[in-house]
Amino acid sequence: MRLQPDQQTGPGDRAAGEALSLSRAAPVLEVNALKTYFFTRSGAVKAVDGVSFALARGETLAIVGESGCGKSVTALSLMRLIPDPPGRIVGGSIRLDNVDILSLDDDEMRAMRGRDISMIFQEPMTSLNPVMTIGRQIGEVLKLHQTLTNSELRKKVVALLSLVRIPEPAQRAREYPHQLSGGMRQRVMIAIALACNPKVLIADEPTTALDVTVQAQILELIVDLQKKLGTAVILITHDLGLVAQTAQRVIVMYAGRKVEEAAVGALFAGPQHQYTRGLMASLPRLGLLRGETASTGRLQEIPGMVPPLTNLPAGCAFAPRCPRADERCAAENPPYEEKTAGHWAACWHPGPSNGRGHD
Amino acid sequence: MTTVEHSADLAKAGANITTRWQGAMFLARHYPLGAAGAIILIIFVLTAIFAGSLSPFDPTLTNSGASLARPGSAHWLGADFMGRDVFSRIVGGSQISLAVGLGSIVLGCLVGVPIGLLSGYFGGWLDLIVQRVIDMMQSLPLLVTALVMAAALGPSLRNTIIAIAIPLVPSISRIVRSNTLALKEMPFIEAARAIGLSETWIAIRHVLPNTLAPLIVLVTAQFGSAILVEASLSFLGLGVPEPYPSWGRMLSESAAEYMRAAPWLVVFPGLAISLVVFGANLLGDALRDMLDPRLRR
Repeated sequence: MRLQPDQQTGPGDRAAGEALSLSRAAPVLEVNALKTYFFTRSGAVKAVDGVSFALARGETLAIVGESGCGKSVTALSLMRLIPDPPGRIVGGSIRLDNVDILSLDDDEMRAMRGRDISMIFQEPMTSLNPVMTIGRQIGEVLKLHQTLTNSELRKKVVALLSLVRIPEPAQRAREYPHQLSGGMRQRVMIAIALACNPKVLIADEPTTALDVTVQAQILELIVDLQKKLGTAVILITHDLGLVAQTAQRVIVMYAGRKVEEAAVGALFAGPQHQYTRGLMASLPRLGLLRGETASTGRLQEIPGMVPPLTNLPAGCAFAPRCPRADERCAAENPPYEEKTAGHWAACWHPGPSNGRGHD
Repeated sequence: MTTVEHSADLAKAGANITTRWQGAMFLARHYPLGAAGAIILIIFVLTAIFAGSLSPFDPTLTNSGASLARPGSAHWLGADFMGRDVFSRIVGGSQISLAVGLGSIVLGCLVGVPIGLLSGYFGGWLDLIVQRVIDMMQSLPLLVTALVMAAALGPSLRNTIIAIAIPLVPSISRIVRSNTLALKEMPFIEAARAIGLSETWIAIRHVLPNTLAPLIVLVTAQFGSAILVEASLSFLGLGVPEPYPSWGRMLSESAAEYMRAAPWLVVFPGLAISLVVFGANLLGDALRDMLDPRLRR
């Protein structure tokens, strides 16, 4: 396998390579300068604007950010499921196991979906067809990508249901989605996604719609199965607690761009970008950030909203909301650079306020 | 929601039904009018199937001796001016009504469902053109369009079915299209794409089965209308020709001259038409309530 990761991918990927020994092997997924725009009447919405990253085999990469930062669009771009029109991938490359999936025709791409790359969605309640038994829905993906006899298919469906720890799998296979709870349905979705043992699994907010008690179980299941099957996982979430529990590496996105990337420990220990700091300060938790939150006695928030993606400010997109923004932030986009070893960020005033900041 | 509460909810909603009989009893308890409609339609269908052994006379057999005979032991519902037994003709006419009702619905669905699915799921210019044509067709009432069609095609059983099926196409394709439009935005359709299914497969296997519930409701109500339109066409002489006994033509043959002298010639076929249409409407209403998620939850 011929690979030149250092020439083909952005600096962030090299950072990842240094941060994580896993990346020394060829990455299973390489995204380079991905641009996905939505063309609307009010102009092009740059939902994803030049995002690069690499994913090692068996690794869990978290992509975090608030609603509208482009994390879900990134996920859909990887599946090539951007609704066109109005959306289109206008630039960059996505290489899945060294196959440039943006150059595949529709049939070839369809053959990869569910087999090499698959996805779990946010809404388990509506992500299953209400008029089909769950056994048939799991069987559908197997039939599509593998040649199996009917009895093999039935056995495999039951095996998958027990793999995702659904009790009485043979009986459950004959049931309809409405007979299952939300957690069960998400387990079925996981079974469908992992049925063909894909190389990459994208989990787009897999636990957001679930009860807190069920969230932990589902997460644990994903992590367990990932270890068992060696699948690389991209976890898309706005829940930093989830990230700390599961991911090895984190990308923070803001307004369609990558603003910070680090190993999970480094990110939580010393967030560089002011946006990441804001996200962490708005988490209800004890300990690390007590010094910052105790003064007011209430949770911090990031003032304002994500700017409209059709009309981004000239400088740093976060500048209008940033407590430490100055003239340079408003005028000039900060370079995406390595602040400490393996820890990349795009910020003029990185780190805590008593660091090298001047205010 | 715990699993225990969940199963209790499901039980309340009738999901614990395991046998057909339990299912039937559940429906009869909650929708008595619908059950009555279903029973009327079942009797109607059975009558049509066993018409040969049910009718005491050949429905086309004339008998001058029995002309305008009153209802009695010889002729249960009387006889018409040609001495044909009214009961036998009503029983025989049920076959015509059933054939026209079912035939036009099936034909209407064969044409309307693919149009609605294509138009709704794939959209674009095809949708635009198809919907404008359907707008034009829908601006005319069912009977008027059927009348024009029947007049153009000429009277025969086959032509009557076609004449009634064509004006049914717009409403069938509309309901499939509108449901398809809503369904194609559902997460499970995107999930189906994410496992690599083709668009055609998704349209047929995932979208179409989900449009069936509202389609069944529509079709049940339209079944009644189709029978009524057949009777109207036959009444006007544009429907099923002699010698087939059609309920509509039984009315038209007798209404003018014999309504006073022999009211049974008008009353009984009229009752048959009303009862079957009433049954279809009752069942259609109950199905609509049953399958409407807002009323169900």
